[in-house]
Amino acid sequence: MKIALPVTSDKVEDQMNRTFGRAPKFMIYETQTDAFEMVDNAQNLNAAQGAGTQSAQNVASSGAKAIICKNCGPNAYQVLTAAGIEIYIAESGTVKENIEKFKKGELKSSSSANVEGHWL
Amino acid sequence: MKLAVASGKGGTGKTTLSVAIAKTFDGPVQLLDCDVEEPNSHIFLKLENKIIEKVNVPVPVIDLEKCTHCGKCAEICEFNAIISFGGTTTMVFPDLCHSCGGCELVCPEGAITEKPEEIGELTKCNLGNIKFLEGKLKIGKAMSPPIIRAVKNAAEDELFTVIDSPPGTSCPMIAAVHDADYVLLVTEPTPFGLNDLILAVETVRDMKISFSVAINRFDVGDDRVEKYCEKEGIEISLKIPDSRKVAVAYSKGISLDEVMPEVKTDIRKFLKSIESSGRQS
Repeated sequence: MKIALPVTSDKVEDQMNRTFGRAPKFMIYETQTDAFEMVDNAQNLNAAQGAGTQSAQNVASSGAKAIICKNCGPNAYQVLTAAGIEIYIAESGTVKENIEKFKKGELKSSSSANVEGHWL
Repeated sequence: MKLAVASGKGGTGKTTLSVAIAKTFDGPVQLLDCDVEEPNSHIFLKLENKIIEKVNVPVPVIDLEKCTHCGKCAEICEFNAIISFGGTTTMVFPDLCHSCGGCELVCPEGAITEKPEEIGELTKCNLGNIKFLEGKLKIGKAMSPPIIRAVKNAAEDELFTVIDSPPGTSCPMIAAVHDADYVLLVTEPTPFGLNDLILAVETVRDMKISFSVAINRFDVGDDRVEKYCEKEGIEISLKIPDSRKVAVAYSKGISLDEVMPEVKTDIRKFLKSIESSGRQS
């Protein structure tokens, strides 16, 4: 299963990015093979507005079926849900730790956005 | 003649001065409250027989019967207000839309039409010699320039006009100030007042509009605003003293000209001095 994670680098030892929409990159991780590819999101890092919707579109187009993120706003949530992507909220930890938690079923899927729009 | 009363920093006294100037003006005058996120000029005016009109902006509606999810609308949208993916889903986020109409133009299926979305209201009221217009953004809406434009479109061109502008130097301030003949920048003698005044001066200079500075509560704080104005060759056309009397009156909705009538002499002098101002070429 392909899962997406907002990240700052391609190192699984690094912490995840704090935000979803304005993440510099997404890691698209295949849990069966432990292989991953990177999707650049720089365009939305600098977007004047609508970073959440556009980033969610990028994730939807990547073929990911789930996303692990620390925070997800209402517009992004709406697009991800429409794309049938499950949203898992991670509290802390590295990319690798969260992938492991996901594999063990320790992350709970979220049934709503966990932050307001523009909460930063 | 359009006089915009603006500032970088909020809370310096734009509304206080806008109302006082409109009420001091001899003859017919127009007061536009363009601080549409928090319009408060009305507090100092006794509004009767208000006319309230809705302000709408066009936003796209997609006919999903016709839509093939080609994604062209999402691609042209500079504001990420339309999202399309997987050849199966196209979604509109009206709150992000800037009403450019681009999506409707590029849609090959003719599946996009525009519908009006209410974003606020326009209040009109005549008070003796003052024609008052106020824009008010609906709670939860983020885009104020369309309301500011609606206020300006409802205004009469021939009348002397005072524009109570929004604070800051971003789109709402520009929308309120850009067609003014003269800008009065209100500030206070504090480091915050100075910092934001400098930004406002740069903005107004860029727009090539004549301007001068009013210092509110000039006798508190420090002299850095005055020194800055002197260095930059900016005229200080009004100085309002710090006064508990004004603050108490403000809290009761009593305007500056009523509680400190001596200010009217200075305002008249200022108005006389800008009579011949027009846009710099």
